Amino acid sequence: MPKLTIDDSEVEVEPGLTVLQACEQAGIEIPRFCYHERLSIAGNCRMCLVEMERAPKPVAACAMPATNGMVIRTNTPAVEKMRRAVMEFLLINHPLDCPICDQAGECDLQDQAMAYGLDHSRYRETKRAVKDKNFGPLIKAVMTRCIHCTRCIRFSTEIAGVQELGATGRGENMEVGTYVEKALASELSGNMIDLCPVGALTSAPYAFRARSWELRKTESVDVMDAVGSNIRVDVRGAEVMRILPRLNEDVNEEWISDKSRFACDGLRHQRLDRPYLRDGGKLRPATWDEAFAAIAEKVKATKGKGIAAIAGDTVDCEAMTALKDLMAALGSPHLDCRQDGAHLDASRRAGYLFNTSIAGIEQADACLLIGTNPRIEAPIINARLRKRFLAGGFPVALIGEETNLTYDHKYLSADPKVLNEIASGAHPFAKVLNKAKQPMLILGMGALARQDGAAILAAARKIAEDSGMVNGGWNGFNVLHTAAARVGGLDLGFLPGKKMGGRDVAGILDGASMGEVEIVYLLAADEIDMDRLGGAFVIYQGHHGDAGAGRADVILPGAAYTEKNATYVNTEGRAQLARLATYPPGEAREDWKIIRALSAALGKALPFDTLQQVRARMTEINANFADTGVVAAAPWGTFGKEGQLDPVPFASRLANFYMTDPISRASPTMAKCTEVFVNSGQRRTGTDG
Amino acid sequence: MLKDRDRIFTNIYGQEDIGLKGARQRGDWDKTKELIKKGRDWIIEEIKDSGLRGRGGAGFGTGMKWSFMPKERGRRPHYLVVNADEGEPGTCKDREILRGEPHKVVEGALLSAFAIGANTAYIYVRGEFSREAEAVQRAIDEARDAGLIGKDACGSGWQFDFHIHRGAGAYVCGEESGLLESLEGRKGLPRMKPPYPPNIGLYGCPTTVNNVESIAVVPTILRRGADWFAGLGRPNNTGTKLFCISGHVNNPCVVEDEMSIPLRDLIDKHCGGVRGGWENLKAVIPGGSSVPMIPKSVCDKVLMDFDSLKEAGAGLGTAAVIVMDQSTDVIRGIARLSRFYQHESCGQCTPCREGTGWMARMMARMAEGRASVEEIDLLEEVTRQVEGHTICALGDAASWPIQGLIRSFRPEIEQRIADYQAAQGERAA
Repeated sequence: MPKLTIDDSEVEVEPGLTVLQACEQAGIEIPRFCYHERLSIAGNCRMCLVEMERAPKPVAACAMPATNGMVIRTNTPAVEKMRRAVMEFLLINHPLDCPICDQAGECDLQDQAMAYGLDHSRYRETKRAVKDKNFGPLIKAVMTRCIHCTRCIRFSTEIAGVQELGATGRGENMEVGTYVEKALASELSGNMIDLCPVGALTSAPYAFRARSWELRKTESVDVMDAVGSNIRVDVRGAEVMRILPRLNEDVNEEWISDKSRFACDGLRHQRLDRPYLRDGGKLRPATWDEAFAAIAEKVKATKGKGIAAIAGDTVDCEAMTALKDLMAALGSPHLDCRQDGAHLDASRRAGYLFNTSIAGIEQADACLLIGTNPRIEAPIINARLRKRFLAGGFPVALIGEETNLTYDHKYLSADPKVLNEIASGAHPFAKVLNKAKQPMLILGMGALARQDGAAILAAARKIAEDSGMVNGGWNGFNVLHTAAARVGGLDLGFLPGKKMGGRDVAGILDGASMGEVEIVYLLAADEIDMDRLGGAFVIYQGHHGDAGAGRADVILPGAAYTEKNATYVNTEGRAQLARLATYPPGEAREDWKIIRALSAALGKALPFDTLQQVRARMTEINANFADTGVVAAAPWGTFGKEGQLDPVPFASRLANFYMTDPISRASPTMAKCTEVFVNSGQRRTGTDG
Repeated sequence: MLKDRDRIFTNIYGQEDIGLKGARQRGDWDKTKELIKKGRDWIIEEIKDSGLRGRGGAGFGTGMKWSFMPKERGRRPHYLVVNADEGEPGTCKDREILRGEPHKVVEGALLSAFAIGANTAYIYVRGEFSREAEAVQRAIDEARDAGLIGKDACGSGWQFDFHIHRGAGAYVCGEESGLLESLEGRKGLPRMKPPYPPNIGLYGCPTTVNNVESIAVVPTILRRGADWFAGLGRPNNTGTKLFCISGHVNNPCVVEDEMSIPLRDLIDKHCGGVRGGWENLKAVIPGGSSVPMIPKSVCDKVLMDFDSLKEAGAGLGTAAVIVMDQSTDVIRGIARLSRFYQHESCGQCTPCREGTGWMARMMARMAEGRASVEEIDLLEEVTRQVEGHTICALGDAASWPIQGLIRSFRPEIEQRIADYQAAQGERAA
């Protein structure tokens, strides 16, 4: 362990640290702009210069390895002078337009100028001006403000894996940009906004909407995918202004995907803010009492077996618990949380979890992707895979739709029969998996949401068992979900009742179209084929006027994920709490409360009145809800159903990353992204603007 | 003055055959195999004993530099890189070596590469040097055909390959780590140090980067012995050196002479004296554009070597002597150099990127006189804020000429400002 002297006090640090990190351990903060823990070291801002004994020149603390016997000084007048000098250089060509800059208030340059800036400028020449660049609909670039720290360049090449950003020109004329002007096509591009220490890259949808000090900040979790990224919801008044990542090394590190970050403007559009009733074929505003009365009337006239419920992809566990109990009270076995019809087997928890855990990816040494495109389905997990890939010795193979994953991988085929070849050990990649000490596979919804999903699940389990993916403490079998509600629903058993011939989603739809199912309760379920609901009486409870609301006979306005205290379980099986950042609009209410109130109107009052009581009930159903924020290892077992594999090639479930749920579909920003990134090749028609 | 028999570069003017035959007649490739047979350690010791200091500008001991390379080759190959990206304004010595003595470079590269355990060497030739690159390529081809380099170089059993890489005309690619970046195919942005090239250099492998002249003198030193080389010049400043004298002399030239020759002797004996006589001298930039200029009073006595010029507040640099007589507008001259450094700054690190532009703009105004006297101090302070705070030495190189100007010619700047203000006053009246 190297021992060094920093500002006259001796510090012992772990080997491999830089002087800057050693200083941090010693409680001394070194100002910096270009240095970032998760990016390679550039050493170009020169703000972190410190004095080192026996060195002829000051050294950049961020790049200098801490070694035994070093004597570092960070508090001398000379160091102070150097910092002032660097600050002066950074400011001479900086526009100092803080009053009209969105970064103001959370700007590194502004903060450090308070400490090291001169009170006046000695620069009498004209300032540099740089033409603004078009980085697409998400990032607003004011490049005159750029201080050339290159964090954004390093992020895009290293973390996001898109080599689209770089510096052109030399000296003062150096400019950061996409070499050929175009929008930055990365699902993680928004993180550059956080990384930019100045206001050069700011959020385009958030531009001029609020000042950072006006915002109320709430720590929560994201529901745009099944990763459960930890987020901070910034609210002004009743409006969610923006969403930022929150550090969680086990889940999202400090990144979030563009959908998680930018879809929040969908919370302002298409909201259901009061109950509606279908009257003479048309929906009309109604009161809660009217809506409940209409439901009660219908339910009383229907047997339990004629009622069914489907839970959507962004539903919280509290609401599912309440609805599950209500359905049981009504005597209905027909409930399902798998809108896409994925053949997930809930009998073994290990059979539907991302068992390796997201952080565990970094310990894996080979990976097989089956019917998944993690770049679109879970960009944060894809970033981990890339991080692991960059560390070296990580062969990746893909069975499914061919795609650019941002790291090298062997494309095997889209044909499911490759699974059998690997399972039988005949395929060359089977040898790679066998040789690996901690191999992993990721099974996507593209492989499970098919006719032969159960057989594929069984085949994947066989591969996992045969290639030693499950040994000792290591479990390399992973299911990558795309819906934030899915694991929670499976954990709660929001599934067809086995004993009573419960119907799954396909069965419910069949029943509804044949008239066997008379009432369908859609709990924010919008991804099913509404045409197949036939003549059923549809209750839609949700927050957006999406497909489900369009078909509904009664609409009960619920709360979006930023508007309730709720539990979500991510693909790893990690229960996490979302917190109320703002109240639901109008008469909308938290979802479990709606169901609780409805249960009373139906004469089947549920036995819980408080959030604590609902959560106690959740823990009663599944003990995993007792501990939030952690992952408990799931015991291995048999799951899936061996059978014939369909020769139909695997196809990706998500065609458009930017629009996957009612919130992102309502978001103008996501609409712009769809236009720029997804439909860019399509010609506009005459009616299109 | 250097005796003809002590001259290393006997065909520096390219008057004789530059091909292999001519080179052999001049003594190149003579018993190279025996030199190799004496072993790595012997070569490094000889070069250390000879006192050869790097000819690229910084003057770091060549033998010492080689000894930083790993003794045993591990899993990574070693590389030798010859820096022929001669871009320092005023400097044209490497150009002459490449033109007239390419075989010295090839042979020197073989011996140096052997000394550091490298089987591969690259020579990074400045983009503008088209003919020079061709000359080196011819020499490499001749040597390979003659079996002097290649699988079994000179029959010594040592494999040696030598490749040319041509630059694209960036000054900063002459900085060793910027050169390595460029050689690897990236933008020529200097790297952070540490790690130094002997540890992590070209393609992440142990690498030594040497100047063309340092490499070209190696075979002669080894053949004639360290003592011979060390006997020339002064202690710590040994050997012979190519000087490039330009500017206001009657006969500008590149000439080889002993280290530590008095500046005045150099100019008088080889260049036919200063234009209009020694008394007409105003100042000299003794080591290429990046070293501070010295006024005539210093020129009178200074010796052309590392230590003497350092004492005088300048430096030997690349030994490119830029002579300026009384007719010179030194302020404009330095302003032009500042513009050069502004243009050549890579833009990577803050002080240089922002500072070179600031300095160049101020110097442009100073040259006109369109400034205030207090701004001279500000300018000086800005140079101090850049100097020593940058990733590579370009920041220093941009600062020193201005510091030299202010140190030696401050009254002239003040006069210029006063004249300008007087003229403005007249115009206003």
